[in-house]
Amino acid sequence: MRDVAIIGTGMMKWGELWEKSLRDLAVEAALLCFEDAGTDRIDAMTVGSMSSGLFNGQEHLASLVPDYLGRPLTPSIRVESACASGGLAVRTAFVEVASGMADYVLAVGVEKMNDVSGDVATYALATAADQDNEAFHGVTFPGLYAMIARAHMEKYGTTRDQLAEVAVKNHRNGSLNPKAQFPMAITRDTVLNSQLIADPLRLFDCSPVTDGAAAVLLTTVEEAKKLNKQPLVVITGVGHATDTIALSQRKDLTKLEAVQAAAQRALQMAGKTIKDMNFAEVHDCFTIAEICAMEAMGVVEPGQGGPATIDGMTALDGAFPINPSGGLKSKGHPVGATGVAQICECVSQLRGTSDKRQIKNARAAITQNMGGSGGSSVSHVLEIR
Amino acid sequence: MQVPKHWRQIPQRYRMEATKCKKCQFISFPARLVCPECGSKEFDTINLSGNGKIDTYTIIRTAPEGFTDQAPYALGIVELDEGVKVMGQITDCEPDNLKIGDRVVSKFRRMNEEGKTGMIMYSYKFVPDVGI
Amino acid sequence: MVGIVGYGTQIPRYRIAVEEIAKVWGADAPAFKKGLGLNEKSVPAPDEDCATLAVNAARNAMKRAEIDPQEIGAVYVGSESHPYAVKPTGTIVSEALGACPYVHTADLEFACKAGTEGMFIALHLVKSGVVKYAMGIGADTSQGAPGDALEYSAAAGAAAFIMGSDNVIAELVDTHCYMTDTPDFWRREHAHYPEHGGRFTGEPAYFRHVRGATTAMLEKLNLKPEDLDYVVFHQPNGKFPTTVAKQLGFKEEQYKHGLVTPFLGNTYSGSSPVGLAATLDEAKPGETILVCSYGSGSGSDAFVFKATDKLPGVLDKAPLVKKQLNENKYYLEYGAYAKFRRKILKPE
Repeated sequence: MRDVAIIGTGMMKWGELWEKSLRDLAVEAALLCFEDAGTDRIDAMTVGSMSSGLFNGQEHLASLVPDYLGRPLTPSIRVESACASGGLAVRTAFVEVASGMADYVLAVGVEKMNDVSGDVATYALATAADQDNEAFHGVTFPGLYAMIARAHMEKYGTTRDQLAEVAVKNHRNGSLNPKAQFPMAITRDTVLNSQLIADPLRLFDCSPVTDGAAAVLLTTVEEAKKLNKQPLVVITGVGHATDTIALSQRKDLTKLEAVQAAAQRALQMAGKTIKDMNFAEVHDCFTIAEICAMEAMGVVEPGQGGPATIDGMTALDGAFPINPSGGLKSKGHPVGATGVAQICECVSQLRGTSDKRQIKNARAAITQNMGGSGGSSVSHVLEIR
Repeated sequence: MQVPKHWRQIPQRYRMEATKCKKCQFISFPARLVCPECGSKEFDTINLSGNGKIDTYTIIRTAPEGFTDQAPYALGIVELDEGVKVMGQITDCEPDNLKIGDRVVSKFRRMNEEGKTGMIMYSYKFVPDVGI
Repeated sequence: MVGIVGYGTQIPRYRIAVEEIAKVWGADAPAFKKGLGLNEKSVPAPDEDCATLAVNAARNAMKRAEIDPQEIGAVYVGSESHPYAVKPTGTIVSEALGACPYVHTADLEFACKAGTEGMFIALHLVKSGVVKYAMGIGADTSQGAPGDALEYSAAAGAAAFIMGSDNVIAELVDTHCYMTDTPDFWRREHAHYPEHGGRFTGEPAYFRHVRGATTAMLEKLNLKPEDLDYVVFHQPNGKFPTTVAKQLGFKEEQYKHGLVTPFLGNTYSGSSPVGLAATLDEAKPGETILVCSYGSGSGSDAFVFKATDKLPGVLDKAPLVKKQLNENKYYLEYGAYAKFRRKILKPE
């Protein structure tokens, strides 16, 4: 396998982007990426999108995106794994480069969620769940994570305040991120007094509905050196795992097995442990998700995610910052784009270009991008070389 | 209109029909073609009791399309006495008074309908076990 | 010996008091309560309907009968609020019980007597030897028009009876009936609520047919009212059954167990069947029960049953009627009731 580097990233400010269509967003992110890379050469591309079919009535993004990017005949794959679509689009691009199949591969993640009404968006998101055994009974994603939260609170004594602190911390970080959808700090009271969505989760425990796209350009380390890319950011580990799609079929409701396995595989490939990582970008689709993810990844012991968050361990200036970008909560969550944006943030931090939210001595990072209620998860380890 | 899909689910929804692995006795609900524990492909068909306790639950207040008139409603994962975990709505209860560990039994209830003129879907739901 | 081998009921937990309805429409609640013998009625939850009540009642009956559902040869569901105008409720019940596919199934409709007519057919089917077990179910979630007198009584409930000739808990002594074409109450296709003839629903309708069937039943068996231990009449309110009892010569001790309407409302096709179930809950071996239903349009089915020594042994296997009637109740205000009953709807 060849070593793979990330030579460019691109994303626009996320939000309710009424004037931009699905294809506009994908193209814009790609163009920003080329500008950052200093080259627009691509041999192939991957497109991550959870459900352009349900949100926009548009499938066949594999054809649409290279077409509107002005790249006829380019090999292109649409990758889907619910909210892990973006992360898997990056992994698929990595495999193409690492295997020698292609030298320059663009991974684009895109989702345009605001063209449909709220309850249709909720329905579309719920297709990540088991249709016959979960969605049929009227479950929503907040509902699934609320059930995880309640089980976690019952088993470990995790509190409402601890969950709220995840959102507070992520908003504090997001307020320093010019690309974030909601770049404003909030207080714990904001979270605790917000509207109940699915007990015990409230509006501010939930990531928003967002339009947005992000893109990264991968090539071999050899090519990257030719382009004189400094500092050189290399993907040293990729890990991927799946778990039962239905929450009721999990052995332990509080444990995200796919997250654990994917992170372990990525770290093993990189020849590193979680302690060697300086920070992480994780999938905080709901506040409880960040807590469960950090436990599954081994950042803390099971059950300690809540206390660690309250203690400030995962703050920007903490021992192990999580979601310096603001996470899904503050940055936004255009489903298929999220996994790619996590890579963008890690690259920015590792290059030292994160400005007001820069983590000191950022040399190694791990991402965690998850689908559904933990039915799939993919992790990438990025390091400076 | 998803008539065939709803019809196919009748044994599961009306009778809680499950498959029990002939080799390792693991019960799968819903029915499967491959046992997730031992990989065997031979099963006996059984009907679950519907009796169990609440493992976890939530109260859905922002409902998906098709369920908006029903909100707020309680939805949970119930661990049946057979050891199988099943997701279902918890009805005939005051959702705020539910607790993990509460005993429930299953009842046949109307789940949804495809508009005013479309098909009506029925399924099991759970109710607090009060002997009624 | 042919008769009932299992029985069960299902009553929703929600209730609305007469005062609550009267408050909205400006009616005189105490007068209604006294005049009609009604206090409160059951309200089906939004996720209950005739089919769900029928299935849950039938499952309770199966708990008492303890038979293999594949041995059920017929299932009849009587209602005036079947979930579909065309598509049987009976097959939903048969599938839910696991009786399919070799089970004769039919949906019946005859206002409030659709339940007993299913029971009538089931009994005689078993008696003729065509099937081993047959079920007759009365289940309804009927509606009364807002502000109409019937709104105070139209309630929801179901009772299911499994008929057979093994382990009979209440032996069928005999049946009779009385039918005429008397249009006292009806609902045209596409009409949401029924219409009725006001006072015409009394003497020419209910009373004539109930007296007609009961009198014929007693004559056929050469019995007098005092020879029966219990009597259950169709009970659209608390007044009609007590009045007809008096007219026929029956006493309060005979009808008191089966008179459930004052705190349940009129469960239409479930009315006398639930009354019969409530009576079976109290009857001792050897005691006799006369049941006379009434369905507008009009007709009455009459039965005489005799409790056997197997009855006490099955009581604990399923919830008693008084438990479903008195426990776990939840009172609604008119607004929630109107929403549950789809009397108010969001725009399309």
